[in-house]
Amino acid sequence: MTTLAKHSRSASAASASPKPQGSHRRLGDLKIALLFIAPAMIGFVFFYVLPTVRGIYLSFTEYNILGDPEWVGMDNYVAIAADPLFWNSLAVTGQYVFLNILLQTALALGLALLMHNVAKSTIIRGTLLLPYLMSNVIAALLWFWMLDYQIGVVNQFIEWSGLPRVAFFGSEAWAIPTQALINTWRHMGYTALLIFAGLQAIPSHVYEVAKLDGASAFQTFRKITIPLLRPVLVLVLVVTVIGSFQVFDTVAVTTAGGPVNATRVIQYYIYQRAFTESDFGYGSAIAVILFLILALVAFIQMKFLKGNESDLD
Amino acid sequence: MSTTARRAPLPAATRRRRPFNARRAGAWALLVLAIAVSVLPFLWVLRTALSTNNALASNATSLLPAEFTLGAFKRVFGLQSPAEAVAEGGSGAAIDFWLYLRNSIIFSSITTAGAVFFSAMAAYAFSRLRWKGRNAVFSLFLGTMLVPPIFTALPNFLLIKNLDLLNTMLGLVLPYVFMTPFAIFFLRQFFLNMSREVEEAAMLDGAKHLRIFFQIVLPNAAAPIATLALLTFIGQWNEYFWPLLVASQDDVRVLQVGLGVFKSQSPQGAPDWSGLMAATLISALPVLILFAAFGKKIVNSIGFSGIK
Repeated sequence: MTTLAKHSRSASAASASPKPQGSHRRLGDLKIALLFIAPAMIGFVFFYVLPTVRGIYLSFTEYNILGDPEWVGMDNYVAIAADPLFWNSLAVTGQYVFLNILLQTALALGLALLMHNVAKSTIIRGTLLLPYLMSNVIAALLWFWMLDYQIGVVNQFIEWSGLPRVAFFGSEAWAIPTQALINTWRHMGYTALLIFAGLQAIPSHVYEVAKLDGASAFQTFRKITIPLLRPVLVLVLVVTVIGSFQVFDTVAVTTAGGPVNATRVIQYYIYQRAFTESDFGYGSAIAVILFLILALVAFIQMKFLKGNESDLD
Repeated sequence: MSTTARRAPLPAATRRRRPFNARRAGAWALLVLAIAVSVLPFLWVLRTALSTNNALASNATSLLPAEFTLGAFKRVFGLQSPAEAVAEGGSGAAIDFWLYLRNSIIFSSITTAGAVFFSAMAAYAFSRLRWKGRNAVFSLFLGTMLVPPIFTALPNFLLIKNLDLLNTMLGLVLPYVFMTPFAIFFLRQFFLNMSREVEEAAMLDGAKHLRIFFQIVLPNAAAPIATLALLTFIGQWNEYFWPLLVASQDDVRVLQVGLGVFKSQSPQGAPDWSGLMAATLISALPVLILFAAFGKKIVNSIGFSGIK
């Protein structure tokens, strides 16, 4: 997101002061530009803009696909406010997001520091990235097998080391942490690479000065690395939070919302209301709420952590 | 190791002088552990896929396949009779991963080709052409990255249904084929940094924008376009939610959805683990091949974009 802001700024600067040579002709490129963006514009309008408008409209209707949507005003939102399954889905998703931030960011930061300090090899980075290239469905099934209660290899080791077996997917207490573990396994290397790229961008003379001043390794980390890494960390946090709020695939393939309601996350609940129960109005209303939550999260994180500014400048 | 020099000029020299001490050994141990956690599950999947279900139950921990067999792969490709499949622990339900493999390849190829090409055209208009409202329109396009896919998925499903395109390849590819905001953003950055000189020389020769785009801009951006195509293809290959909504029939079902169906058909009490892992491996294989061939490109693209 930082690069994004920077680039649009440089772009506007460029257009504000066009080179004198040939500039009057370029400002008249509108016709040809419309031709070039026409296909993308079709996709933009029909599959992004109109669905957004239609989604908001549907959230104020009752619609079961067969008839026409019937305007019901705020009814869906009122019903959602009193829906224990909605609040449960919010709580369950929140727990999942929290665990992901904690596990993923901590492990990825550690991994990035390891790569930065001892091994910068592309092969090692590539190997750590491998899980990220797999689909959620593959990651889910792979761990569904490895964590199986009866003959999964992980439980074999747990039993071998003298501990009781864990029903990773079958117990209400473990279901969400297990989903978070699968997601962490898939994203850890990717997140580490993002942080690693940030570490590489910190100029080495900063560290040399700290060394001359006699700073300890921990002091250097806390006073130099973390502050200078902040834009990258904010980006990682935003991507992690927004991504984990939309967890669906791994849940859909493994636990399908269960046991009981333990993994009925927001997106799975939307899917069930809209597609299993043909209640598109209600599903759309929850989707609007999810959208608002995500927008709020992104806004707070950007403001609160001042993500756009680096201390390096 | 080769990238070290390019990414950070200094450490390569200082690193070699650092002594090999206990702390470094500890760091390496942790790194090896992380690598093991990333890679060993794939070997375990392979081992399971080459075992029989009966042997898996009694021999759950050996690294080698328990009773080596190719039965699981035969089952997944629909080459076993239902009776044979049931005898080996399958559900006996018809399953044909050749079909899903074909559908996944068609779906991912069409959407990748369309999205990359049309996004490149748009990125050209957003970077090399001067027109009123350019940056405003670009910001709007970028803004779509913030809309969660689930939010547009419901209305898009209704649109595809209204167009009578459910369970068709066309309905499956339509939302992706015109552009992705990420692709436009990604290519625009490269186009912005291209030198204007060649382009201006061509213009003096009377070349039109279409010729400049096809003969100068696209060839010069071949490397980033290849990287983008690679990333887009992998992303499309892994797509699950949208195909789940609009393509539930066999003749358009993609691998990821087929995997989920296969899992849900598997007998509850004694799942067909070897069949499931064979299917998982088949679904992962194309990405693994791309990774083996172009891993470096993929890895290096991540430091660059920092987004998605």
